[in-house]
Amino acid sequence: MHIQNDYADQIRLISGSQDLKCMKCGRCSASCPQYEEMDVRPHQFVSYLQRGDIDALMDCESIWKCLSCFACVERCPRDVKPARLIEAARLLRIRRQSDDEFITPEQVPALLELDPDIPQQLLASVFRKYVK
Amino acid sequence: MQKIGVFVCHCGTNIAGTVNIDEVVENAKHEPGVKYVAEYPYMCSEAGQSMVQKAIDEHDLSGIVISACSPRMHETTFRRAAARTKLNPFMLEMANIREQCSWVHKDKEEATNKAHALTRAAIAKVHHNTPLFPGESPVTKRALVIGGGIAGVSCALDIAEAGFVVDIVESTPSIGGKMAQLDKTFPTLDCSACILTPKMVDAQFHENINIHTYSEIESVEGFVGDFTITIRKKARSVDMKKCTGCGACYDKCPIKKIPGEFDEGLGMRTAIYTPFAQAIPNVPVIDREHCLKFKTGKCGLCETVCAPDAIDFEQEDELITEKYGAVIIATGITPISLDKFGEYAYTSPDVITSLEFERMTNAAGPTKGELIRISDKKKPKSITFIQCVGSRDVAVRSKTYCSKICCMYTAKHAMLVKDKYPDIEVNVFYIDVRTPGKNFDEFYRRAVEEYGVNYIKGQVGKVVDNGDSLWIQAVDMLDNKQIKTKTDLIVLATAIEPVKSVRNIAGMLSASIDTNNFMTEAHPKLKPVESPTAGVFLAGACQGPKDIPETVAGAGATAAKVIGLLAKDKLITNPCIADLDPYYCNGCSACEKVCPYGAISYEDTEINDHGKKAIRRIAVINKALCQGCGACVVTCPSGAMDLLGFSNRQITAEVDAICR
Ligand SMILES: Cc1cc2nc3c(=O)[nH]c(=O)nc-3n(C[C@H](O)[C@H](O)[C@H](O)COP(=O)(O)OP(=O)(O)OC[C@H]3O[C@@H](n4cnc5c(N)ncnc54)[C@H](O)[C@@H]3O)c2cc1C
Ligand code: SF4
Ligand code: SF4
Ligand code: SF4
Ligand code: SF4
Repeated sequence: MHIQNDYADQIRLISGSQDLKCMKCGRCSASCPQYEEMDVRPHQFVSYLQRGDIDALMDCESIWKCLSCFACVERCPRDVKPARLIEAARLLRIRRQSDDEFITPEQVPALLELDPDIPQQLLASVFRKYVK
Repeated sequence: MQKIGVFVCHCGTNIAGTVNIDEVVENAKHEPGVKYVAEYPYMCSEAGQSMVQKAIDEHDLSGIVISACSPRMHETTFRRAAARTKLNPFMLEMANIREQCSWVHKDKEEATNKAHALTRAAIAKVHHNTPLFPGESPVTKRALVIGGGIAGVSCALDIAEAGFVVDIVESTPSIGGKMAQLDKTFPTLDCSACILTPKMVDAQFHENINIHTYSEIESVEGFVGDFTITIRKKARSVDMKKCTGCGACYDKCPIKKIPGEFDEGLGMRTAIYTPFAQAIPNVPVIDREHCLKFKTGKCGLCETVCAPDAIDFEQEDELITEKYGAVIIATGITPISLDKFGEYAYTSPDVITSLEFERMTNAAGPTKGELIRISDKKKPKSITFIQCVGSRDVAVRSKTYCSKICCMYTAKHAMLVKDKYPDIEVNVFYIDVRTPGKNFDEFYRRAVEEYGVNYIKGQVGKVVDNGDSLWIQAVDMLDNKQIKTKTDLIVLATAIEPVKSVRNIAGMLSASIDTNNFMTEAHPKLKPVESPTAGVFLAGACQGPKDIPETVAGAGATAAKVIGLLAKDKLITNPCIADLDPYYCNGCSACEKVCPYGAISYEDTEINDHGKKAIRRIAVINKALCQGCGACVVTCPSGAMDLLGFSNRQITAEVDAICR
């Protein structure tokens, strides 16, 4: 299955991920240190993209749980690059938001005080988006 | 002026679907010299060929053009048809309007124009064709098999049984190949040695078979029917004629700690050794790299204990040169290196390859068949098998293909463990279980259903050696669960690849290999045991991953093809070879240097140059050696060399016709 829609194609473009090459071996999920924390598992990222179910991917917890350790990219025997795929989904998620949803640099310390467990990636991403 | 007939084939819709046949026919009629034009749906059919033959006779044609498929496909067919008439078969040309025209074009007008141009070119060429007559070359009734695995041995036995002499060249000290290292074999679980060693003995005692072990191919000359090959018999340091195989030497040898190749490094061997007890020949070799005598000049214990006085430290490599009619490449496979697979912790003694497992479970192996962890010699409580290690993987360290045999041997290994030790827990991680073949899937299902082997769809991501056990992180894809567990022994179903030396062998024999170093067949379906080079045949796993049944069946087919060649008294040679005009040759030696077949030499010859007689050094072509490659033709600075059937005049006429 290889559903094409705008979001799916954007993810393919941004990540360079080749979902059709995946043979569902599971080596990515076997290598992932964050597996237990994720609601959608690395090998499933690929299935979601193949199905074109990008909304679910952008809404999943995993996009904030992935450590970008790239173990899955390193081990994948088919060069599918699951981490780059989920990174692309994270980017799309951020881009989809409207302007007033972004934070200013001044807000960051306050946010951290409020919730020290706030995912670093989230902060980095929204902040990066803001300054661009 | 020639009287030329043109025959345009539709090839069903293959050609007619894209090329306007009527137009090609109409155009051909107006070409100079064309006396007769016809078209037919299938020119190669019986009716089509008869039509060609009839036209040659009725219209007294002196040359014909078949506008149809590639000459590779049917030139021989039509030359045979021409030979049934009074026409010389070399007065025929094919215009390839299928592969090079209809199949590659979509636009009908474009394709039709091109078909016309190609036909025109062939007609122009025929005007310059001359009758050619094939020669004959001898067939040496002897075959050479390179590689003494099960492929080489069974192929040699089949050829020898047909009455031809066969030499086997094997690089290791014994024949037998990988099969000699195996314990039991799928899908029947019969003992590998029990079915292999009788065949090895048959080969040893067959009057038509000569075995050269510890030997390699030094050089190759010649061509189909008439190869001259030099074999280097490496110095064994033991006289084959005197040695009785008593083994006193290796019992006494003080150098005892060399990791043995045959036991995949799990067992140790001495400096003087036979790789295994049933080795053929049962004559040891001295590994000069490790022998004390060779390293320090002292020792010589083996010489002292050898009763028949067979040890010969002075022995030198021996070169044997022999003529052969056919050569069979049967160099087999080997597991890939796992150096770059850090995540599986292969450096741990308790992580082993499948071939190492074969040695470990073998009663004649380094642990006498006892399954232990090499690190602490303890019996494992759980064993984990990982499939597809280095196979189906696009990374540089791996192979993109499926190694084909590992699903089956892993099921075999799992059952062997369970059979001996029902209490050991056995897990197998797989991507797919690929078991097509007679009784193969039933074999795998037995592992699951009768032996309780636990098959897990998923892969292992990481292995860490904790000393007393191995920690693994894996995934069960069907349960969508990550598994973090301990196991005692890990067996990696390692990908197989062709041996490295095959590149060199293929180079010497001008046989081609693919990107994975597997030998290429002349045709994947219709010529599965021939290489594209005449007289060079293929057998066994050097062609691609193969199990034993497939290897033996293939080797039988190879033998049949070789016997077919050796049974001939003479081979018909291609008359399209180099042709010298002695008046132009100035004996510069340029052609000799480029000829890849060594077909050119020089002779002082009397030349009558416009009434003036003179002795000149000119080139002489050996008609048996020349393969018509044309290298000399393009090299000759004086234009003295030409190629019969592809002369400069013919080629120029073709080009002119196309450009017209
Ligand atoms: C772990 C493992 C388990 C297996 N289990 C089974 C099983 O249970 N059942 C089954 O059907 N199959 C099994 N196989 C497959 C089986 O081993 C092969 O099908 C078989 O060995 C192929 O035979 P071959 O003669 O083509 O190659 P090989 O057995 O590799 O023999 C090739 C021979 O050529 C020699 N050679 C190589 N290069 C040169 C050279 N340049 N000059 C001279 N000699 C050379 C080699 O030394 C070797 O002796 C298994 C394979 C492995 C790796
Ligand atoms: S990069 Fe992300 S998805 Fe991939 S292994 Fe690391 S944490 Fe898991
Ligand atoms: S490791 Fe690669 S091929 Fe295997 S399931 Fe993950 S993405 Fe697919
Ligand atoms: S001479 Fe070499 S091979 Fe012979 S016993 Fe001594 S070390 Fe071993
Ligand atoms: S035979 Fe089985 S284990 Fe071996 S590479 Fe193919 S699928 Fe993997």
